[in-house]
Amino acid sequence: MTDDGRLSVALAQIDPALGDRGRNLERHREWVKQAAEAGAQLLVFPELSLTGYFLKDLVPDSAIQLDSPQMRELAGLSTELDVVLGAVIESPDHRYFNASLYFSRGELQHVHRKVYLPTYGMFDEQRYFAPGDRFRSFATPFGRAGILVCEDIWHLSSAYILSLEGVDMIICPSSSPGRGITTDERLGTAESYALVCRTYAQFLTTFFLYCNRVGFEDGANFWGGSMVIGPNGDIIAQQQDADEALVLAHIDLADVRRERLANPLLRDERIELTINELRRVWHERTRKPF
Amino acid sequence: MSVPASLSEPVFPPLQINPELVRKILVGFIQNEVRKVGFERVVLGLSGGVDSSLVATLAAEALGPKNVLGVIMPYRTSDPKSMSDALQVVRQLGIEHLEVDITPQIDAYFARFPDADPRRRGNKMARERKSIEYDQSSAFRALVIGTSNKTELLLGYGTIYGDMASAINPIGDLYKTQVWQLADAVGVPTAIVQKAPSADLWSGQSDETELGFQYRMIDQLLYYLVDRRYSVDELKGQGFDQAFITEIVRRVRENQYKRRLPLIAKLSSRTIDREFRYPRDWGR
Repeated sequence: MTDDGRLSVALAQIDPALGDRGRNLERHREWVKQAAEAGAQLLVFPELSLTGYFLKDLVPDSAIQLDSPQMRELAGLSTELDVVLGAVIESPDHRYFNASLYFSRGELQHVHRKVYLPTYGMFDEQRYFAPGDRFRSFATPFGRAGILVCEDIWHLSSAYILSLEGVDMIICPSSSPGRGITTDERLGTAESYALVCRTYAQFLTTFFLYCNRVGFEDGANFWGGSMVIGPNGDIIAQQQDADEALVLAHIDLADVRRERLANPLLRDERIELTINELRRVWHERTRKPF
Repeated sequence: MSVPASLSEPVFPPLQINPELVRKILVGFIQNEVRKVGFERVVLGLSGGVDSSLVATLAAEALGPKNVLGVIMPYRTSDPKSMSDALQVVRQLGIEHLEVDITPQIDAYFARFPDADPRRRGNKMARERKSIEYDQSSAFRALVIGTSNKTELLLGYGTIYGDMASAINPIGDLYKTQVWQLADAVGVPTAIVQKAPSADLWSGQSDETELGFQYRMIDQLLYYLVDRRYSVDELKGQGFDQAFITEIVRRVRENQYKRRLPLIAKLSSRTIDREFRYPRDWGR
């Protein structure tokens, strides 16, 4: 913790090189150094920060295995501060996952494999990736956290499950391409994400760390806009533009307790009712004759 | 400054843009996509029209005016005003420029085919100009930057491997009515934004006369058809005329080939662009 008892978090809003893991690893080292010098204790990189996003057939070439020397190299980034980064993970049976990895004190602490792989419009993830099969929280030196990668947050159940696990913060690494030009000052996607992230933070009374990348790939722009949101839904820090930037924020994790005292939404949550109703809906769906 | 005719009527609200945001994205696009393939410069054909004037303006901001080469390529029937408008853009931006009169080679070629109709002549001129841009791109160590807008691309109102060809195109996702808004906002001379759009392949040619409809109406229809995926019945429900809908839908469908790479006969198990799929920015 910092002197004032707060946690210093940093979001590395970067522009990864497409399909060049070596160059990206070097860039990660530079950002880690910069964040450490700024006093950050937790540094979040965007989705697929180590590889770039629109990989297509580069997915297998970009992958690393969990028990590989490359993974130990990545773990080495976290000796001074905790690091969340995005990589393609190959399972021993050769499935490829769009994953975010949490490293702490030189060790891999948690892997989240993206569950919801967008395959519509400009996205084609299910062509190249296998979906993850779980949403799990995990302990960090700073409290409980959960990771949701980009499209995961567009499914209410993902954040809901993490919140029932009692997370203090949801970390969302993202590679969201900008689209939707209107007279607004921001792109349609930027507006939507801000709405969703703030809603989750407030509804689930949790900190929300959203780290989006910047740059261009094959003509698509990534809009940045990385933000740290408090458990009351307020934006604590945000990068307004689409330039590379280190977004720094000091957050007081005790705000989670204060917010849940003022707004005991989590206490009042009826988990068994939800499960029963979901079972009923599922049962009714599967009983349909055709 | 007077309001350009192109903008004198209110713009259809869903096609209104924040020009500052769009300008920023497109300048970033040009910088990023040009530099990461190892270039610093772009070359484009300057017609004196709004599309190429806008792209020249964005490119000059993105790369610096001395890294932009505008090639002015009149034919003997081109409107002299086109040339003077193009030169005004050159002067205003301080970009490099070159004039190449394409009359000798076009006339030499068609001396052998005197019966060629205006369409053939127009397409030949468009391809002649593009071949000059590509040749100059080699001499100037530059990428060819495209100037086709979304309306033209959807309607197929352009020459395949002619004006439609380029390495990168910053305005291909902007409808003509949006091009007008952006051009006006970034300082393209009002007279250029205001004048009737023309391919200037022959004297007095007008896009809207040739297409049979006004861009303003075409863009509204394309917005519902393409962006919102309205069915023909739903388009009628929006008050569009049946003949208008039929013609635009036909044009979009029939010109799909112009928006695609050439078809490759499938033989192997990994055919280019079918199973062999790599990003263009591979390793960049």
